[in-house]
Amino acid sequence: MAATMEAVSGPFIYADVLDYKNLQELVINNRITWLVHYSALLSAIGEANVALARRVNITDLCIQRPRTIYGVSKVHAELIGETDRWRLSCVNKDFSVCPTYPTAVIVPRSIEDETLKKAAKFRQGGRFPVLSYYHRNNGMVIMRSSQPLVGAHRRRCKEDELLLQAVLGGSDLGYIVDTRSAQLAKQATLIGGGSESKSYYINWKRLHRNLERGKVLQESLIKLVEACNDQSNNMDRWLSKLENSKWLSHVNSALITAGLVAECVEREGRSVLVHGSEGTDTTLLVTSLARLILDPECRTISGFQALIDREWIQAGHPFQLRSAHSAFSHARLRHEAPVFLLFLDCCWQLSRQFPLSLQFSEALLTRLSQEVYASNFGTFLCNNDKERPRRKGTQTSTRKSHFLKTNSLWAWINRPCELGRYTNPLYECNSLAIWPSVNPQSLQLWQGMLSVCLNGKPCTVW
Amino acid sequence: MEHITTPKVEQVKLLDRFSSRATAGTLYLTATHLLFIESNTAASEETWILHHHIAVVEKLSLTTSGCPLVIHCRNFRVVHFVIPRERDCHDIYSSLLLLRRPASYDDLYAFSYNPKQSEQQRAGGWQLIDLASEYERMGVPCDHWQLTDVNRNYKVCDTYPRDLFVPVSASKPIIVGSSKFRSKGRFPVLSYFYQEKKAAVCRCSQPLSGFSARCLEDEHMLQAISKANHNSRFMYVMDTRPKLNALANRAAGKGYENEDNYSNIRFQFVGIENIHVMRASLQKLLEVIGTKSLSMTDYFSGLESSGWLRHIKAVLDAAVILAKAVTVEGASVLVHCSDGWDRTAQVCSLGALLMDPFYRTIKGLMVLIEKDWISFGHKFADRCDQLDGDPKEVSPVFTQFLECVWQLTEQFPQAFQYNEWFLIQIHEHVHSCQFGNFLGNCQREREELRLKDKTYSLWQFLLNDQENYVNPVYQPGFSETHPVLEPSTLPFSFKFWRNMYHQFDRSMHPRQSVLKQVLSLKASNRDLEKAARALEAKLQKQGVFLSIAVDSKSKDPVHPVRPKSLILSAPLNCKEDEQKLSVCDRVRTVEGSSSAENGYNEEEEEPASFTKPEPTLVSLERGVARMTC
Repeated sequence: MAATMEAVSGPFIYADVLDYKNLQELVINNRITWLVHYSALLSAIGEANVALARRVNITDLCIQRPRTIYGVSKVHAELIGETDRWRLSCVNKDFSVCPTYPTAVIVPRSIEDETLKKAAKFRQGGRFPVLSYYHRNNGMVIMRSSQPLVGAHRRRCKEDELLLQAVLGGSDLGYIVDTRSAQLAKQATLIGGGSESKSYYINWKRLHRNLERGKVLQESLIKLVEACNDQSNNMDRWLSKLENSKWLSHVNSALITAGLVAECVEREGRSVLVHGSEGTDTTLLVTSLARLILDPECRTISGFQALIDREWIQAGHPFQLRSAHSAFSHARLRHEAPVFLLFLDCCWQLSRQFPLSLQFSEALLTRLSQEVYASNFGTFLCNNDKERPRRKGTQTSTRKSHFLKTNSLWAWINRPCELGRYTNPLYECNSLAIWPSVNPQSLQLWQGMLSVCLNGKPCTVW
Repeated sequence: MEHITTPKVEQVKLLDRFSSRATAGTLYLTATHLLFIESNTAASEETWILHHHIAVVEKLSLTTSGCPLVIHCRNFRVVHFVIPRERDCHDIYSSLLLLRRPASYDDLYAFSYNPKQSEQQRAGGWQLIDLASEYERMGVPCDHWQLTDVNRNYKVCDTYPRDLFVPVSASKPIIVGSSKFRSKGRFPVLSYFYQEKKAAVCRCSQPLSGFSARCLEDEHMLQAISKANHNSRFMYVMDTRPKLNALANRAAGKGYENEDNYSNIRFQFVGIENIHVMRASLQKLLEVIGTKSLSMTDYFSGLESSGWLRHIKAVLDAAVILAKAVTVEGASVLVHCSDGWDRTAQVCSLGALLMDPFYRTIKGLMVLIEKDWISFGHKFADRCDQLDGDPKEVSPVFTQFLECVWQLTEQFPQAFQYNEWFLIQIHEHVHSCQFGNFLGNCQREREELRLKDKTYSLWQFLLNDQENYVNPVYQPGFSETHPVLEPSTLPFSFKFWRNMYHQFDRSMHPRQSVLKQVLSLKASNRDLEKAARALEAKLQKQGVFLSIAVDSKSKDPVHPVRPKSLILSAPLNCKEDEQKLSVCDRVRTVEGSSSAENGYNEEEEEPASFTKPEPTLVSLERGVARMTC
């Protein structure tokens, strides 16, 4: 029960988090500007005194508000104990560097904010490489960004190269996982994009894995729904329509790519940078799945919420554009794409293969798959943190003030009376990485996701 | 024994079917098993392959690392050995060819298998399932159905059992006349009696009607069955074949009932394909799922073109029609196919399973199999290739039945007392020839073989292991609210049965098993309760009474009991044991999961630099590559 201060160097002082007076003194005497709350009650004590636990534990307070920077700061707080190579940067505090990033991001300590600003100009939408996951076992990281703006003239950016070099630290090799095929990445140079060239990023090795996105994905879901609604009652037709929809192929390749990234980190002991083109869709899919494979903490209910909060909501997945219309409609909207649904499906496949390792149940995934399209809560509103107002009174637009009136889905789910429904009764903590099998025979159709359009009863037991 | 020339080969490699993993070990050939023991010192795993399980042995062409020997088993295990010397490989190969199919029944494993039971226990095992009491449970004999002794000596039909139930109004001449008009003499008899509506499920073989022949006795027989049920003015005759097949049979003097000749019947085809189509279909399915690094697209198109799930659906569809006719319309149904021992057995038994909750219990499924499959003469010896017979007679008809049951357990998890391991165990032993139950083609043959004196019964063996086969979410009360199951037979309700067809491919399975977990939780719960009781008894001896602890336990036995006093007062070594156990469990459940096995990296660039396999693996991989080139 001790509060940890962010201390680069200099004195360490132990403080009791419950002793406000002492804490206040400390802050004033040491001119502390940053206070990171990094404490939690042991569950046994917490159970004995619920009121106390609520007062001390941060989860209750922070992730239940969609407008906090819970994820980033918490990860940073965890990092403090591990390494001094990373820092929290507020270069984006007014969203001027990258409109789709949150205000605070984690970057290598040796990189100045000015460098970040320049690097951001070299990345599409300003999404410069930031930390997504720090693997405690070996100190390797997963970074994510958008594609570099190489263009037809093969531009380069020293700051970006510097940034990535700093990510590697002393290591001589890192992997860049591009979620486009090599050919697509090459084509992107014609419209100003591209991928990191070997000669400028000598210590990075590029791997291409083609993940479908956007329209193709939406088309796939529409076909899947059509297949489920087919009235002919003919097995061959169903199988060929299921195959034709390619939905499970997308699930398969997402899991393969995430497995690859996790393999780089855990088995190879290398850091990885993941990006596609915009860095807001397949990139997030891959990084969040890789985290789920590697990090036991993400497999708890609160950890999973935090993962979604940080890797999807704050990381700027444009929920409003991607899930504007129902997934089950035939309307072809330009930006509509069920990327998040694909993520949930992959999580479900993991839960099938490791039924004891995930603390959340299928019900949570099903709930999320519905909430993301039609919700009573504000959690999945807007496209990025910039659109989400931080404080009452400072915003004028009506949409933003509406947002302030919404409640958090997490707060609702985390109420003790609801939580039981979303908990896997067989959960037991498994500290190992969970490597999913990606054989076609090991993947199944997630009927829960489609239960809306399937007339049959979804299977309720495991 | 005379077939074995090389009983032991060292430094054999066992290759994993899907990943590049290989293990080295020693191969032993015994009179009954082929045995592979890993030479890895720590956890030397053993692979036992019963000779009777072997379906195909292939010797592939020589490679640098040795001579590959691929064995396909009836329980869907596929093993790939690499034997260093070609001569050893050839010896094993030719021995296996002779050993896998004995020429006579006496050489089957069942006649040498000895579980060290007394004669009394052996006899007890055979008395476990009593069909007479099963018919009694159904409610026959009654005022419309009686036991006939016409087949006492297997005179009328040698593939039927001795005891048969027929309508009271069907006299002996009618039965005999009818049997002469039915293929193989298999006249209409009772298979299941639905007491609530007095409706009967009867079974027979196809009539020898040709283009115009008719038989008055047979018409009387059907009339009698129809009349035995007052609830319905007509009865259904279900021909389980596709119409085209039935038409073709007419040319051979067989065929189907003409509705004009039989009063008050409603005739229907349901279109289940014959044994040859089913055999080819399974063959195709196994080929598809055995492909290394199979793509999602190929998997689905392979699944489609194999037609396997289509056939499973057809069988279940027919059973649903049967169950509906009986339970909803209250009509009697006569089911037949060509000879009335394959498709008819499938449809009758599945129909009964849908109608009667008893068959959804462990004992009930045994009774059902004993009745509709074993006693009515499903040709297990031919279909499962027990002896060196005609390969065209082999067909996975019974496997399909088990799969249909499994599909139902997936749809109604709480309705079945047994879990899928029970089904898989039965499948295993149908082919193992380790027990007497499934030997031979019909009851008469079994009696001639004196199986009850010479072999053991599988059912006793399974019941001894019962706790492993209990479905943890089974709710006995479910049958009261849902006496009749109404499954969905829409295509998306059917799944691929991975645990059956990939039973031995560890990389395919869920990495943690809910079933195992629940079973071990239950077991540890039992142990803890036992320990608690023992300790309480001890305390009581000492004159201490712990009333509170006792109460909390008896109230809530489902949750793992965790009273503080228990853990504190338990002997120290007990606690350690528990910890050890849980550690082992964890290792076991997660060990199957390794990124190397999954091959995320298979499609592109240099995999060698990436996955870093052990040196032995690399050379093996090359060996395989060359072999396939």
